[in-house]
Amino acid sequence: MDKRTKILDNYSARVFKNRKDHIVELEDAADPQSIAANSRAIPGVMTNRGCCYAGCKGVVLGPLKDVVTITHGPIGCGFYTWGTRRNKAKAGDDGKNFIEYSFSTDMQEPDIVFGGEKKLKQAITEAVEIFKPACIMICSTCPVGLIGDDIHAVATWTEETYKIKCVAYSCEGYKGVSQSAGHHIANNSLMKYVIGTGDKAPTQKFSVNILGEYNIGGDGWETSRILKRIGYEVISVFTGDGSYEEIKNAHTANLNLVQCHRSINYIAEMMKTKYGIDWIKVNFIGVDETVRSLREMAAYFDDADLTARTEAVIADELANIADDMAYYKSKLQGKKAGLFCGGSRSHHYQNLLADLGVETVVAGYEFAHRDDYEGREVIPTIKTDADSKNIEEMTVTPDEKHFRLLLSKEKFEQLAKAIDLEAYAGMIKDMGNGTVVVDDFNHYETEQLIELFKPDVFYSGVKDKYVIQKIGVVSRQLHSYDYSGPYAGFKGAVNFARDTTMGVSTPAWNYVTPPWRTVPTLEGKIGGEE
Amino acid sequence: MLDLTPKEIIERKGLRINPCKTCQPVGAVYAALGVHKCMPHSHGSQGCVSFHRMFLSRHFKEPAIASTSSFTEGTSVFGGGSNVKTAVKNVFDIYNPDIIAIHTTCLSETIGDDLNTYIQQMEIPEGKIVVHSNTPSYAGSHISGYFNMMSGFIKYLAKNTGEDNGKIGIFPGFTNPGDMREMKKIAKLLGADFTMFPDTSGVMDAPMTGNYEMYPKGGTTIPEIIGLGDCKKVLALGELTSMEPAMELKRKCEVDFDCLPLPIGIEATDAYVTALSHFAKTEVPYALEEERGQLVDIMLDSHAYYDKKTVAIYGDPDTVLGITSFVLEMGMIPKYVLTGTPNEKFTKKANALFEKFGVTDCKAKASGDLFELHQWIKNEPVDLLIGSSYGKQIAKAEDIPFVRAGFPVLDRYVHSYMPIVGYKGAIRLVELISNALMDRQDRDCADEDMELVM
Ligand code: SF4
Ligand code: SF4
Repeated sequence: MDKRTKILDNYSARVFKNRKDHIVELEDAADPQSIAANSRAIPGVMTNRGCCYAGCKGVVLGPLKDVVTITHGPIGCGFYTWGTRRNKAKAGDDGKNFIEYSFSTDMQEPDIVFGGEKKLKQAITEAVEIFKPACIMICSTCPVGLIGDDIHAVATWTEETYKIKCVAYSCEGYKGVSQSAGHHIANNSLMKYVIGTGDKAPTQKFSVNILGEYNIGGDGWETSRILKRIGYEVISVFTGDGSYEEIKNAHTANLNLVQCHRSINYIAEMMKTKYGIDWIKVNFIGVDETVRSLREMAAYFDDADLTARTEAVIADELANIADDMAYYKSKLQGKKAGLFCGGSRSHHYQNLLADLGVETVVAGYEFAHRDDYEGREVIPTIKTDADSKNIEEMTVTPDEKHFRLLLSKEKFEQLAKAIDLEAYAGMIKDMGNGTVVVDDFNHYETEQLIELFKPDVFYSGVKDKYVIQKIGVVSRQLHSYDYSGPYAGFKGAVNFARDTTMGVSTPAWNYVTPPWRTVPTLEGKIGGEE
Repeated sequence: MLDLTPKEIIERKGLRINPCKTCQPVGAVYAALGVHKCMPHSHGSQGCVSFHRMFLSRHFKEPAIASTSSFTEGTSVFGGGSNVKTAVKNVFDIYNPDIIAIHTTCLSETIGDDLNTYIQQMEIPEGKIVVHSNTPSYAGSHISGYFNMMSGFIKYLAKNTGEDNGKIGIFPGFTNPGDMREMKKIAKLLGADFTMFPDTSGVMDAPMTGNYEMYPKGGTTIPEIIGLGDCKKVLALGELTSMEPAMELKRKCEVDFDCLPLPIGIEATDAYVTALSHFAKTEVPYALEEERGQLVDIMLDSHAYYDKKTVAIYGDPDTVLGITSFVLEMGMIPKYVLTGTPNEKFTKKANALFEKFGVTDCKAKASGDLFELHQWIKNEPVDLLIGSSYGKQIAKAEDIPFVRAGFPVLDRYVHSYMPIVGYKGAIRLVELISNALMDRQDRDCADEDMELVM
């Protein structure tokens, strides 16, 4: 029985029929089989997925530090997204940092019965009075859509009454099939209402936006540190330590860097159409990948000085971490890893693990789409279904005032052959033959995978972490980095290597089995020797 | 830290800032995890239970299992009947629990899904059980979710056979496994035959063995829950948490109950011990009297470091009331006590405690939030803060010594194993409180004032 069959073996016919297409054992990674993704989770199967609201408020909007983001709904959703994701932020010049706060309308029964718009307006009035924010965002949770509160009308009312920016997001948890729908909804409205509304021009020659970098554990700060060293101006970050004030001006940047493809590729594409800004798929996780990303950026701008600075910075940074990386590699070489995260990291971290001599034997995503697995070339072949149809596909047109192309068509095409210009090859092609890829992995399959692959370390989230460790395999959280980090860039790679080494080698592993459990065998041996 | 919180307080009617409660379903999941071989099931879209599992895992550093009906947009329009039926089938197939405990979410409540009917229509495998409870998150808090789920189990399962089983039921309130173990230890020492329900010890503090067990050894068993109906009596600990299910049991099976406060501090533990000794008709054993004596001894020795210090306490209603009562016994002043859970009984009980101990200038509030608590502190500071991890921001902003107790504690280890109930728990609280204050004294004093002996 191959591994895939073994995983599926215990399922009932019903569940088997669904899950079989979400699990792929790679025969030829260079020309991979196709995988089913972004479809409904099966009721009752313990998926690791969250909801649309989690993707919209929790992932994309939550990190905007100068925005009062009000969760319109009962208390739970807003409470759970308070301070739990580790998207770090420091207040900017305006002193505004709302990341430490949680705002909710805490809807009560009468609001559900008679409608919650009145309470939402009241909440906004109070937020304005107490905090005087420049921007308020409203995120709705499950019941709001059902009772028909018009949060968009409330947003308009807010703008008229208080002369501030207000954007509403109908990101009810039941929309779509996972967090992914929420990313899309957030992307659409940022594009529609925020990007392009500022006019602060860049001050330096080479400017970029970083898209899909949420500054978990300070990743974005490490990335920005390197970029600034080389001489780039970072206009805005979507959205880690990001701000409404900055992303207003995002359209003025020369180039978009896409870190998390899943959560933000919509904005990258729409900005290309509307403003002519090219994007490249970067990856600042892993030493080799960071180097590749920096070189591709330099290739894009094609400037002798910039290229020289890039190489100088790379050489210096590499020299700084060489000893540490060599040491940790000596500890980790030959180990095997399982890697399960949201929609991008399971790919990104394979590169970093490879830097350390660790092989990824099984990997998958919670809520990726087929293009994240198989590469963007499959996008035209992805069929829309009832769930994806419910999420608006926004069409944008060129903005005459701001549209400009940095590269000529010929130059673009030539460069596209050399670098990841508006391309993403997906995770699978970087994996080895015989490895297994699982989409929307669940609790049961996680146990099976560990049994079959016996990885030395398993990267996942907090819902799995303690299950995996109880089995006897160290588990590190890749959503929150187990409260460590940054893991990005050069210095981050060392942090990651240190944390992983610590996890596999902590002495507590030696004490799992009490000595008396092994006493009978010991006695037997002693008897035999005599 | 929290730099945008102004000192000036304006009354809020719409905006909840930095809540001190969460929604019902997570309480329902926690209650269900306290039943042996039970799968908690969330009837709604999958986001809720993802949050709830994260929340519980982060507090306990343990797996927190729960399944979901995974609503989609269509389900929300047409109802969740087919989803929950499929879900139940799959859960029994794949995870093989003995019982599934379904709770609703604000979504399924808003569309008015009727779980009674759905459960009747389900194919439930022979010998397996499905129960449910309604836990709309737009009413009450996680505390109501906890007791509603308890009532759900009782409604479906508890049976009065007409013959009492000689047992006392103990409802432990929304407490940690460490607390539940301590309450059970006391009951055993008193020789009482009891059923604790729910009981998350052995589940949410399961040991490392190298084998993962989806259903660890702990938890109240189904026969024990059925047997609640034959108990002679129930001790409902923490009126605001445990009285509802006790009343449910009384309605259904005519089992009498006594409501006692959570056994936090001396008087409340005395009451617990006395009640059990009356029930079991046993003398209080020396082992307990010794612990009690140790506690009083410690309090006499250490009082100078906390006497008349002011403290702000926030969190779940019965826990906060328990800690309030104990700090009063210690001679401290509970200047602010606050819960996010809406229940005016809380305020009444807190005020009664203030009166009993003759403290003035203390404020109690239900349905409050941590933003408001912080503003109170900005206006009139306190010497110590006691509550969940979410207070660490206030502690840092105002530079106040901080003791973690209650739910959730997301940023420390071991807490869920250690009791704050019983005499032992009170000893631990004295240690935590005096250490926090004395560490502060050491940190802030001039070099020449540093005391080696304290
Ligand atoms: S949707 Fe309702 S039940 Fe779900 S987490 Fe939010 S408040 Fe709680
Ligand atoms: S990197 Fe992963 S966890 Fe982060 S937003 Fe993207 S998919 Fe989600």
